[in-house]
Amino acid sequence: MKVLLDIQALKTPRGIVATIVVLLCGLMPIIAPAIGESFYVDVFARTMIWAIAAVSLNLIMGYGGMISFGHAAFFGIGAYTIGILAFHGVTSAWVQWPVALILSALVGLVFGAISLRTKGVYFIMITLALAQMLYFLSVSAQRYGSDDGLTINDRSDFGIGFFNLDDDLTLYYLIFAVLLLCVYVSWRIVNSPFGMVVRGAKSNDNRMQALGYPTTRYKLTAFVIAGVMCGMAGVLDANLEEFVSPDALNWPRSGEMIFMVVLGGMGSLFGPVTGAVVFWLLQDFLANWRGFIGDHWAIIFGPFLILVVLFARGGIHGLVDRLFSRKGGAQ
Amino acid sequence: MNYVLFAEQFLNGFQLGMILFLLAAGLTLVFGIMDLVNLAHGSLYMLGAYFAATFSHLTGSFVWAILLAVPAMVAAGIIIEMIALRTLYARDHLDQVLATFGLILFFNELTRIVWGPEGQVIPLPAYLDGSVALPLGIDYPVYRLVIIGCGLAVALGLWVLVSKTRIGMLIRAGSSNREMAGALGVNIATLFTVVFGIGAALAGFGGMIITPITQAEVGMGEIILIQAFVVVVIGGIGSIKGAFIAAILIGVIDTMGRSFLDLLLLFILPANAAEAAGPALSSMLIFILMAGILFFRPQGLFPPKGAR
Amino acid sequence: MLRKTLMAASAFALMAATSVAQAAEIKVGFITTLTTGAAVIGNDMKKAVDLAVEHMGGKMGPLDLEVIYADDEFNPQKGKQATERLVKRDDVDIVAGYIWSHVLLASKNVVLDEGKFLLSANAGPSPMAGEQCHKNFFSFSWQNDQTPMAMGELLNQRGVKSLYVIAPNYAAGQDMVAGAERTFKGKIVGKDMTAWPTQKDWAAEFTKVKAANPDGVFTFYPGGHGPAFLKQYEQAGLTGKVPLYSVFTLDAISLPLLQKAGMKSAMGTYMTQFWVQDLDNAQNKRFVADFKKKYGSYPSFYAAQSYDAMFAIKAAVEAVNGDLKNMDGMRKAFESADFPSVRGSFKMGPNHFPIQNFYAREVVADADGSWTTVNRGVVLANHQDSYASKCNMKM
Repeated sequence: MKVLLDIQALKTPRGIVATIVVLLCGLMPIIAPAIGESFYVDVFARTMIWAIAAVSLNLIMGYGGMISFGHAAFFGIGAYTIGILAFHGVTSAWVQWPVALILSALVGLVFGAISLRTKGVYFIMITLALAQMLYFLSVSAQRYGSDDGLTINDRSDFGIGFFNLDDDLTLYYLIFAVLLLCVYVSWRIVNSPFGMVVRGAKSNDNRMQALGYPTTRYKLTAFVIAGVMCGMAGVLDANLEEFVSPDALNWPRSGEMIFMVVLGGMGSLFGPVTGAVVFWLLQDFLANWRGFIGDHWAIIFGPFLILVVLFARGGIHGLVDRLFSRKGGAQ
Repeated sequence: MNYVLFAEQFLNGFQLGMILFLLAAGLTLVFGIMDLVNLAHGSLYMLGAYFAATFSHLTGSFVWAILLAVPAMVAAGIIIEMIALRTLYARDHLDQVLATFGLILFFNELTRIVWGPEGQVIPLPAYLDGSVALPLGIDYPVYRLVIIGCGLAVALGLWVLVSKTRIGMLIRAGSSNREMAGALGVNIATLFTVVFGIGAALAGFGGMIITPITQAEVGMGEIILIQAFVVVVIGGIGSIKGAFIAAILIGVIDTMGRSFLDLLLLFILPANAAEAAGPALSSMLIFILMAGILFFRPQGLFPPKGAR
Repeated sequence: MLRKTLMAASAFALMAATSVAQAAEIKVGFITTLTTGAAVIGNDMKKAVDLAVEHMGGKMGPLDLEVIYADDEFNPQKGKQATERLVKRDDVDIVAGYIWSHVLLASKNVVLDEGKFLLSANAGPSPMAGEQCHKNFFSFSWQNDQTPMAMGELLNQRGVKSLYVIAPNYAAGQDMVAGAERTFKGKIVGKDMTAWPTQKDWAAEFTKVKAANPDGVFTFYPGGHGPAFLKQYEQAGLTGKVPLYSVFTLDAISLPLLQKAGMKSAMGTYMTQFWVQDLDNAQNKRFVADFKKKYGSYPSFYAAQSYDAMFAIKAAVEAVNGDLKNMDGMRKAFESADFPSVRGSFKMGPNHFPIQNFYAREVVADADGSWTTVNRGVVLANHQDSYASKCNMKM
């Protein structure tokens, strides 16, 4: 992968952080059992799925300036497609996955077309409202367990002997590969002429339009791509958890995704991955603190969020840049 | 179905609209004047409810509880503004969304630590606790009429405040052109603090008066907050008139939808499909409405003049 | 090559862990909700488990007992992660608890795939009683449909001919309504399924009830919704006009709150349940008396189930004399349900859900004036849930 093999990029502080995070994700199935903490393999599998969602959100939020407060909707669509198809006995991944991704794209198209008519706060609110609509739909879907959720008895079946998702390790490395692929795709998009237009529209929409670019159409395309990517995260989540419930698309999930992106560093390629890892590890750490803090960990976590917003501009990656680099960020 | 049922449902919707208005009024002011997205506005609603419950417990009087809790909310609002929100005005919407999301977590947990996880109740005095016979043979709970009355009174008070007083003039100046207001010698920082204090009191008041019919609970603010956002966005950000009209609209449509949608669906769907689709559709109704309105009027129904 | 060494290393670590656990100790992981507003329920369950440990003197048979509590945050994904932590990190021997169906359904495979016992102290979703029943899963509560089925029967017994149903529109709400409809013989004149958990105002529904003027209203609103429902029922002027019948709406957690608010409309209302605090057996008397003494309030049914689950584990440990590897022996003990239960004696059905009595409970004030419920007789005797026939238990 060019992004990783670019030695110059690796040498920057944020490159080093990204490398550490990627190595951690990649080697966790070996590290964790070795130190007698195989539990963390599951934690990392889950974390990487959220990282995929965060990477997809970063694409529109970090590079396109579209603050979507309803991104969890796509996560839910991906997961529910797997769940519902499995419920009806369709377990072939060759059917499930394309259906899930196409559905995500279609919903992205509709939601994007509606919400991109608005700007600023209106955009935040309308994406929130549209996602809540789907949330309520999933709660009322009696057939599919409504808010008890839907148990998925069989993971997606690729029909390939050695590539069986029932094997946890295979699933783990599939998630890992998809994560890297998503980062790679983001990188390609961001640096393509298409991405330049989207980024240009973020800083000055009017100018891009004056230059003759139909920015809304560009933004809509980015919105759909991000939706599909997040739908993919949902597909993987349904396979990992073997369960899906409306909770997966409720609005706090969207808020957490935004936080992962900002925590890691918005508009930096690996930022959301770092953000997701730190987010989950920190929550796990705080929630399992015995005593008062463990019982009331949100009293620490809430102010932490505010502090990150106030003092860590550019998230962890930005912070690392400022701490260790005289030249500032390489990007 | 008969007209009495219909009339009662309309009143019910109107009452929900009043609560939504109390939240939305503060929200839209803060949005419009300070350009601040405050997700934690629902926490103020919750705090108001808990304050009133505590005062009601201490004084044994519902009226005293409200009289004490409102100034307490103004104070709480001012403190929150000065400590946490002031630094956010200069930030972009994303930072505001995140930081106030953090505030929600904080306040929910704080409430749980201080008051415990169980709900808090506010008993009503006997004279508010029954129902009253209205014309047309409608039997209606007294207290719900009181809520409607409170909502209308607050709306009137706000209208007087904004259009007839000096502070209202400043608010109007601040919302249409902040730099100009600053140039005219208005102390913007103080103005913002005052406006936030008013918004906090309104939201808290909403929480206080709803608690006798529901109860004070951790997380009660988030559920209604999203509805209040819908109201603000439909009404047009910064417009109190818009918030008032949109709140009633949402309250009535939501209530009417819950009561009559399944009956309407019976005309086009078989019985069991209508029974299944009715609740799903009625809980989605206000969001569909919002999406529809924004599609045709991206700035809401009453975009304030001189909007950015 | 590397993998092999590491696997050996991890196998060694695992062996070390088990040998420590065998140092005459049993670890029970107990999952419930300890944060968010739903912690009211979780805390009550935790109190009961603490009391059980105290009553057992911290021992189960020859083994020292350690209970590790875990919080599901009222969220299936977090619940699953907490379960993984208990099973894979804390290496507990048995996992118990679970208030919420969605958390249980999301987490069950983590425990069952490791070949450990999973005991529910509340959640009883229908798949677990039917197609997805499992040899190592046991419920010490009830299946969702049973309580409302008892309610339907109670309504028949009390001569209710026309009924109005108001319940939340989610899985448990739908189960409750379906259960009551199954046994109720009169006519259902109106049914409203409300948005959950957003809707906490029933003005619209009560207006319709008044128009329909039924013999009774049946409802189900767990948690904080219950008191709110009752309060508005009173304000709408329905108290005294239309009797209210509820399941899982009033309990030992909500009644003190209602009393504080002076909501007399709760008085005299009926509900059905598998247990009542005044059931006449030695185990229950000790449980209720000591719970009241220690915590100053009546135990809820959540507490009763949790207390029972702990004593069931104790009986199983004693049956195999502390040999936790003897899964078959422990399973037999769970299946026999031969332990002192607060609900008196009951049988474990073939799908590992209890076959038990359901009682009518009426809300009254006790000798000290505290509001509680008392037993008004058996409504359904030795009742088995309706999913048992769908269970094909694989051994």
